[in-house]
Amino acid sequence: MILEIENMSLAYGNIEAVRGVSIKIVDGGIVALVGANGAGKSSTLNAISGLLPISAGTIRIDGQSTKELKPHQITRRGIVQVPEGRRIFGRLSVEENLLMGAFSRNDHQAIAEDRDRMFELFPRLKERRRQVAGTLSGGEQQMVATARGLMARPRVLLMDEPSMGLAPLVVEQVFDTIQAINAAGTTVLLVEQNALMALEIADHAYVMEHGEIVLEGPGPELAGDERVISIYLG
Amino acid sequence: MSMRQDDGKTPSLQLRRGLTAGAAAALIAIYLSSVGLIAMMNARPVIANALTLAQMTLLTIVFLAGALSQRPSPQDRTPAFWTAPLAGAVAGLLVAGFAGVILSVNLRPVFIALVPPLARLLTFGQSGVDGTAILVAGSALVASAGAFYQRLPDKVRRLLFPAALSVLLCGMFQEFIQVILQSNALFRWLAPWFYGWDGLTATGALIVFAVALAAAALPLVYRKPAGAGDVSSWRRFVPALFILLLLLLVPIAGGPYIAQVFLLIGLYVLMGMGLNLELGLAGLLDLGFVAFFATGAYITAILTADSPLALAHYTAIPSLSFWLAMPIAVLGAVLMGILFGIPVLGVKGDYLAVATLGLGEIVRIVVQSDAAAPLLGGAQGILQIPKPQVGGFQFGSAVSLFYLTLAAALFAAYCAWRLERSRLGRAWIALREDEDVAQAMGINLVQSKLLAYAFGAAFAGLAGSIFAVMVNSVFPSSFQLLMSINVLALIVVGGLGSLSGVVLGALVLIGLPEALREFGEFRYLFYGLALILTMRLMPEGLLPASRRRRRLVSPIAVGGSTPVARP
Repeated sequence: MILEIENMSLAYGNIEAVRGVSIKIVDGGIVALVGANGAGKSSTLNAISGLLPISAGTIRIDGQSTKELKPHQITRRGIVQVPEGRRIFGRLSVEENLLMGAFSRNDHQAIAEDRDRMFELFPRLKERRRQVAGTLSGGEQQMVATARGLMARPRVLLMDEPSMGLAPLVVEQVFDTIQAINAAGTTVLLVEQNALMALEIADHAYVMEHGEIVLEGPGPELAGDERVISIYLG
Repeated sequence: MSMRQDDGKTPSLQLRRGLTAGAAAALIAIYLSSVGLIAMMNARPVIANALTLAQMTLLTIVFLAGALSQRPSPQDRTPAFWTAPLAGAVAGLLVAGFAGVILSVNLRPVFIALVPPLARLLTFGQSGVDGTAILVAGSALVASAGAFYQRLPDKVRRLLFPAALSVLLCGMFQEFIQVILQSNALFRWLAPWFYGWDGLTATGALIVFAVALAAAALPLVYRKPAGAGDVSSWRRFVPALFILLLLLLVPIAGGPYIAQVFLLIGLYVLMGMGLNLELGLAGLLDLGFVAFFATGAYITAILTADSPLALAHYTAIPSLSFWLAMPIAVLGAVLMGILFGIPVLGVKGDYLAVATLGLGEIVRIVVQSDAAAPLLGGAQGILQIPKPQVGGFQFGSAVSLFYLTLAAALFAAYCAWRLERSRLGRAWIALREDEDVAQAMGINLVQSKLLAYAFGAAFAGLAGSIFAVMVNSVFPSSFQLLMSINVLALIVVGGLGSLSGVVLGALVLIGLPEALREFGEFRYLFYGLALILTMRLMPEGLLPASRRRRRLVSPIAVGGSTPVARP
């Protein structure tokens, strides 16, 4: 098991945002974490990345607790986040953004190869490699953010709301890309408000509500579950 | 130029525009006269026996009024040409009226500058009804020239502006340039072409104008065909090389006073490069920067001084030479940088500015305090710091110390240049852009930030060390907050993150007040004006870093005469 979250809680001051969450991520699949706005999904992801301190429970990478690890050390263990709202380096070029993703690597040859591979995966980015990333469209920025995350050669890619604020057609592309990334061997933890689409492609999924996991199971199965439908429509 | 269609629907708007521009120009002229600046400027000729700085200023104000009256506005996209002569005429009439008031009413009890000679100056020697008519017509003509200039294509203005500026600089700083020309056989034969006894000659002005015009046109002629490969890297170094050449030659040619000024500029360049790493790359605003400078100076002092406060006096540590003390001073400053950085690690933005301001003041107050007086001498400071020596040669003169500073600055520039392109440099840039994401990229936040403070401090420590031997003594009063602010201002004016920008910024902000010394307190007015104008017209600085030059918003054309930063 690459990543294991056990009974994790975290709080902002006195407000408990996440309570007793347990998530298991085994090698190779797509795991989805869905739920409404404010359910605590992004907080969970930021806790995994080490950007938020947890108040109880443990997060383990390869069986080792991350309690003493700084964010950059977690990244170096192969757990890489593609943050919500893209958050690319807006004043750097597309290519510089990608290279920044490979910051913790030293293998220059392989970095160049990976960059070319990203340009194959996202031909739009190749066209715009020298363009300032802040001037790209939302969908293109999401490509930059995803490619930048992949440049770190993650074992698990944590994707926070990749479809947020994008046009429906672009959202389709984003989900196709996620499946392509996964098919190429990267495990994906996908956090989404767009639950039904996320569940369709997830091997395993967790549904969060008010900071707690309320449901879990294989993705497509949950997509048909009436409780999920009631959470989203009821 | 084809006459533009007057829509006819906005004559009152046009009228108001012309009147406002003219009145504004007149008000500025009246203000500058009342505070005494115009009279003071009259003492400095731009072109000998033809044009003084005061006259030039008055003409420029009217010229700009004409140019500004032609700027398209949202309500009025095609301003009519006649607003410009109207603005000029209004300005001329108002100034003539003001001159009349000076002559007829005694305002001197309140405004000591308003004397009859000033009135003659304002009216260019004209008087009476005929004189006023000539003045109004001339003023309208100048404003029309401004309007014409405003309507010229951008490319042409980009040639004319530097040429006119060159004439102004060559005229204003004629004493300074003459000293250099006269002191060197190589240049001496050049001098008569340009300068008479009392300043730039008319022929000289023409030659300067032509040469500057040609120089400004060169890049246009040699422009690479569009789309031919990437931006050549050597071209970015051209301004830096030019400035370096200037820095190398001017102090020998100019004598000790100029060397002293350049030495000061050099020290600020060193500090600017340090702060540039912190702020320009890592985005860490630091208003306590002077603390590192002070650390370098004080460590040099206690290690080398021939004083009871020197370590050699009361410990077993021997008195060191400058060359040994300097690296220790730099290391001490680095240590100070790290100590300084730790408490503000989690502080961002405006809060960081205030926190560093406080830390900087703490350092100065501790040094000044009675508690530290037995070690650091309190307000009395540490005296008798010897000059550096190599063999029998002593770096006693300002000129020799300047070259020492220049060598240090070149070394520091090389370090800064390498740092910017290093892994650490990239980490700093990522931190500046987005701290959280930078960490998610695998960047060690604590280490990178502390290293930014450490490297920044190293540069300042080096400057402080040289400062200590330059003045032979250190006092806490030398290390005021103003120094941090000056360093900040010069790198912002030069262009954040740009190395040649630091040099140009220091030259302008440290050199300009020195060059304008004869204007007394007014020189800080120019300093402030230069700051405001740069930020208003060239918000990216005079020589923006290539990374910043790519801006997200399209540049808005501002002002008539500004070479807008190239995209």
